Amino acid sequence: MLSIKELRASIEGKEILKGINLEIKPGEVHAIMGPNGSGKSTLASVLAGREEYEVTSGTVVFDGKEILDMAPENRAAEGIFLAFQYPVEIPGVTTINFLKTAVNEIRKYRGESPLDAAQFLKMVREKAKLVSMNDSLLKRALNEGFSGGEKKRNEIFQMAVLEPKLAILDETDSGLDIDALRIVAEGVNSLRSPDRSAIVVTHYQRLLDYIVPDYVHVLYKGRIVKSGTKELAFELEEKGYDWIKAEVEAVG
Amino acid sequence: MSNETIDLKTRLITDFYARESVMNGEASSAFHQKKRAALAEFDKLGFPTTRNEEWKYSNVKDLTSVLYNFNADSSITPADLEDLKIPSQEANILYFVNGHYKAELSVLVSSASQIIIDSLQEAYKKDPVLVNSYFNELMKDENDAFSALNTAFAHDGVFIHIPDNQTVEHPVILRFVSDARVQNVGSQPRNIIAVGRNAHVKVAEAYRTLGNERSFTNTVTEIFVSEDAGVEYYKVQNESENAYHIGTTKVKMLDRSQFYSGTVTLNGRFTRNNLNIILDGERCEAHMYGLYFPDGIQHVDNHTVADHRKPNSESNELYKGILRDRSKGVFNGKIFVRPDAQKTNAFQSCKNIVLSTEATMNTKPQLEIFADDVKCSHGTTTGQIDEEALFYMRSRGISRSEAMALLMFAFCADVISQIRIDSIREYLEGVIAEKLTSK
Repeated sequence: MLSIKELRASIEGKEILKGINLEIKPGEVHAIMGPNGSGKSTLASVLAGREEYEVTSGTVVFDGKEILDMAPENRAAEGIFLAFQYPVEIPGVTTINFLKTAVNEIRKYRGESPLDAAQFLKMVREKAKLVSMNDSLLKRALNEGFSGGEKKRNEIFQMAVLEPKLAILDETDSGLDIDALRIVAEGVNSLRSPDRSAIVVTHYQRLLDYIVPDYVHVLYKGRIVKSGTKELAFELEEKGYDWIKAEVEAVG
Repeated sequence: MSNETIDLKTRLITDFYARESVMNGEASSAFHQKKRAALAEFDKLGFPTTRNEEWKYSNVKDLTSVLYNFNADSSITPADLEDLKIPSQEANILYFVNGHYKAELSVLVSSASQIIIDSLQEAYKKDPVLVNSYFNELMKDENDAFSALNTAFAHDGVFIHIPDNQTVEHPVILRFVSDARVQNVGSQPRNIIAVGRNAHVKVAEAYRTLGNERSFTNTVTEIFVSEDAGVEYYKVQNESENAYHIGTTKVKMLDRSQFYSGTVTLNGRFTRNNLNIILDGERCEAHMYGLYFPDGIQHVDNHTVADHRKPNSESNELYKGILRDRSKGVFNGKIFVRPDAQKTNAFQSCKNIVLSTEATMNTKPQLEIFADDVKCSHGTTTGQIDEEALFYMRSRGISRSEAMALLMFAFCADVISQIRIDSIREYLEGVIAEKLTSK
């Protein structure tokens, strides 16, 4: 489904990703962990198409298509979704209007006819229930004045509406209390299926208690330095990142 | 003398005396003497140059370099106006074509006991003393060439008088159409809106152009808001690429009155709006909202004044602009708080999005505060579209152009939502949405 080869990316001339290789098959959940500043969020942003980052080499093939030259909106239409670490507040645009535009733009890209208002509302209500999202939030301006938890829940709600093939969760757990974390995780889990995949970027193992990954990768200094199964996450939780850093330095 | 050597100012002064010479006895009326004095003032001041601080960023040289026919006939038919229609609503709708009232196109629905609506000429014929008691009372100290010129030539426009305690349910929509299909045309509408105690009314001025020759509109509206009265006043400009518009609205508010204004400039080659509000009462509330959208080489200048003269009143102002291409915008917002105006609250904000490196916006808040117990704030921002918001929307599958349109529409929303004549608001939403998605 997703094949990343030797991906290098920089921002303002500073190289952040220094040759990432990653293969994700349909249905798999991969966790990307690592200390602060290791490049986790950069990887998420580059996959979603954030333009501040310059990709200097490498390839990213998603569902058979090279995506690095695609506009962010086309990547979204192809089925990639990024849940933001810091969802943006957009005054004056209601969540519902925003999502309706998104859904219909994606349908247009895929050559499908737009959903009518009734179909759309029915679908949205079902999805809102899935993440225990209050209907009243849908009519408010997108994320404006939302609490941290509401913003993150809104990300997962949007994901549920857009039904991506590949969901990238960028530190979705940061700033969430345990109840909000559980709701968010349930939302993500309810979307798991044999043909959907996810990349879960997180600093802590906590989220992985709820969203159990198939694979765990450790990113350090712009490279994946260790890969394993969910047990690797427990080990990191217990021992921290220093032993990984030491291993890398020893080799380097 | 050939036409080429006659400049606009000379032509206007010559026209004035030619008209005066056929007035017979009326030339000695108090009404005409005001006009005479105004002409002398215009003659003395002349058209402003950019050396005049009030016109520093708005050069009228282009506007004053050609002649206009101020008495142009128009063969306009209702069919011609079809394209210009604001979606219908039950309202008092008055048409002025090239500055002249067109009774045959106009519709009045409110009862005469609630509201007197007449053309200025007609009102003056019926009750010269009443009309003269308002005419130029607010403008006389303006020291401004364009409003003096308008006063000198004041002939047609609307006279609205609302008796005490009347709430006029249906709005009054004044539609000013410049018919510039065959020649350069000029018009100088003069409007008087006198609102009695505890009376309430909504009035809109809508400006449109037919044809592509030049039009020059020099308009003045004087609004008198009595004690406990409420006025909503909107100005909508959707004129041609060859339309020059100078407009002044001056308002005087008495105790406990409320005044809401919305000034929306959608199109026009050169637009200067002066909105000058005197809060001459206690516990008054003045709200000023504005929106402008220049593109191409359009120029939009909004000058506003909130003049607090008595204690315990509030003014609140929000102007917003989106500038594209090589357009220019100007905002100058003055707040005066006179020594007697303790406990004044005055807020002002001007926010702009500049979408092109060749577009410019000049903003100048100007606060002059002579009382010590007041709350005043002002702020101006000029920036680009929020790239982070744009990326957020694009990451959800919304194209860059659609995301821009949504963000810009949202930017306008808090001004548009303040317009409380439904048909006008809906019209604006439609035109703005179209304008935002057209590029």
